[in-house]
Amino acid sequence: MAENVKPRVRVPRSAAAGEAFEIKSLISHIMESGRRKDSDGNTIPRSIINTFTCDFNGENVITAELHGAISTNPYFQFEATIEEAGTFTFTWLDDDGSVYTDSKDIALA
Amino acid sequence: MKKITTLCAAISALALSTGFAIAEADAPVLSIDGVVIATRAPAPEYLDIDEVISGWVFRTVETQALQMDDFDNPGMIFVDQALDDWNEVNGSEGKSCASCHTGGPEEFAGLRTVLPRWNEDAGAVWTMEDYINNSLVEHMGAEPWKVGKAQMNAMVALISLQSRGMPMNVAIDGPAAETWALGEEIYFTRVGQLDMACANCHIDNYGVMIRADHLSQGQSNGFPAYRLKNAKLNGIQSRFSGCMKNIRATPYAVGGPEFTALELYVASRGNGLSVEGPSVRN
Ligand code: HEC
Ligand code: HEC
Repeated sequence: MAENVKPRVRVPRSAAAGEAFEIKSLISHIMESGRRKDSDGNTIPRSIINTFTCDFNGENVITAELHGAISTNPYFQFEATIEEAGTFTFTWLDDDGSVYTDSKDIALA
Repeated sequence: MKKITTLCAAISALALSTGFAIAEADAPVLSIDGVVIATRAPAPEYLDIDEVISGWVFRTVETQALQMDDFDNPGMIFVDQALDDWNEVNGSEGKSCASCHTGGPEEFAGLRTVLPRWNEDAGAVWTMEDYINNSLVEHMGAEPWKVGKAQMNAMVALISLQSRGMPMNVAIDGPAAETWALGEEIYFTRVGQLDMACANCHIDNYGVMIRADHLSQGQSNGFPAYRLKNAKLNGIQSRFSGCMKNIRATPYAVGGPEFTALELYVASRGNGLSVEGPSVRN
């Protein structure tokens, strides 16, 4: 199990309808690539976040598939627009089966 | 000039190039979520230079930007982790940091600026790590944390953050004078296969490129520092250790008396610079 995994997201408190705004997300994660060896020469098994998704009121905004070459603490920054107030939910899927989530409400300005 | 010639001879493999040329007028300003950080200050009178300059000034625009927004600063992840530790019960007394320090980490606002400092009860100069370990062992009945390791660096970052923007102000006189003098001696003593002292790089040559690295004054006000190189927080004494290895010297022990003396001396060379911790460096 990856240790000390902590998601963080930043979403503005409000936004005008149809106007693009920025969302930032970051999760602390070792992102063990599966290609390193330990001091005894044994391969350290891969343990990464393999999928990141962001949904708004149940509708998918972005889905990203992550692979072995992504560095530690993967960071995503993207833009979104809304037509109504609601909730962004963020999900990170770990190779080890863990699911990490976070959510943020946003109002219409 | 003589010093530079010796330096070039000693490390002919390293390419040194142009001087430090960031003009005052177009110098970048470090402001973190509205808090303005003094990255330049008049040097204290006991120094042989006019101005003290934070390591942040010497970094690339991209690295600088990472430190200007706490969301983008990966060091803040570890501050979050330290907050968990702050509230976690640990040790035979069944206490967490929060049980006694009821004002939260905010209670320690200003503490970073005066450390390391003389501790009368201990009869020695103490770093922040010493204080944290003292609480763990004496007040909580817990195991001490390893100086320079992740858990300790994160807690030091959390506590340092409470002093962000405040000027460094360590005392070098009184009972601390002897330790400070030892630190000064280490700073100016040539060591290692390359036969260099801290001063040869961080006083004589700051502002030049040493391979792909822009040499700074080697200030400590940004520590713990998140380094892009190893994607984690680095304690100040581990940084000293890295610099000593680079000149092929045998580093002193992290957490030991020599590095604590050096930490006090280096901190005093930055008196007047704002606390940045956790900073971002390459
Ligand atoms: C049982 C009570 C208790 C607990 C729990 C405790 N401390 Fe303390 N701490 C103290 C006392 C009392 C002092 C001041 C006297 C001393 O240094 O022993 C102190 C001093 C300190 C100082 C130095 C403050 C200064 O202004 O000089 C730091 C830093 C500190 N503690 C950090 C921590 C951290 C981090 C934790 C949790 C890992 C913690 N303490 C847990 C009682 C406690
Ligand atoms: C061969 C040159 C060289 C020597 C000698 C050297 N360093 Fe460094 N040091 C560097 C380089 C290169 C860096 C990374 C770029 C920078 O910040 O200057 C660095 C970085 C640092 C930093 C981090 C500064 C920051 O803002 O992140 C500190 C602190 C430091 N050195 C202290 C020391 C101390 C103390 C010594 C003596 C034990 C020492 N250095 C010896 C080359 C040197």
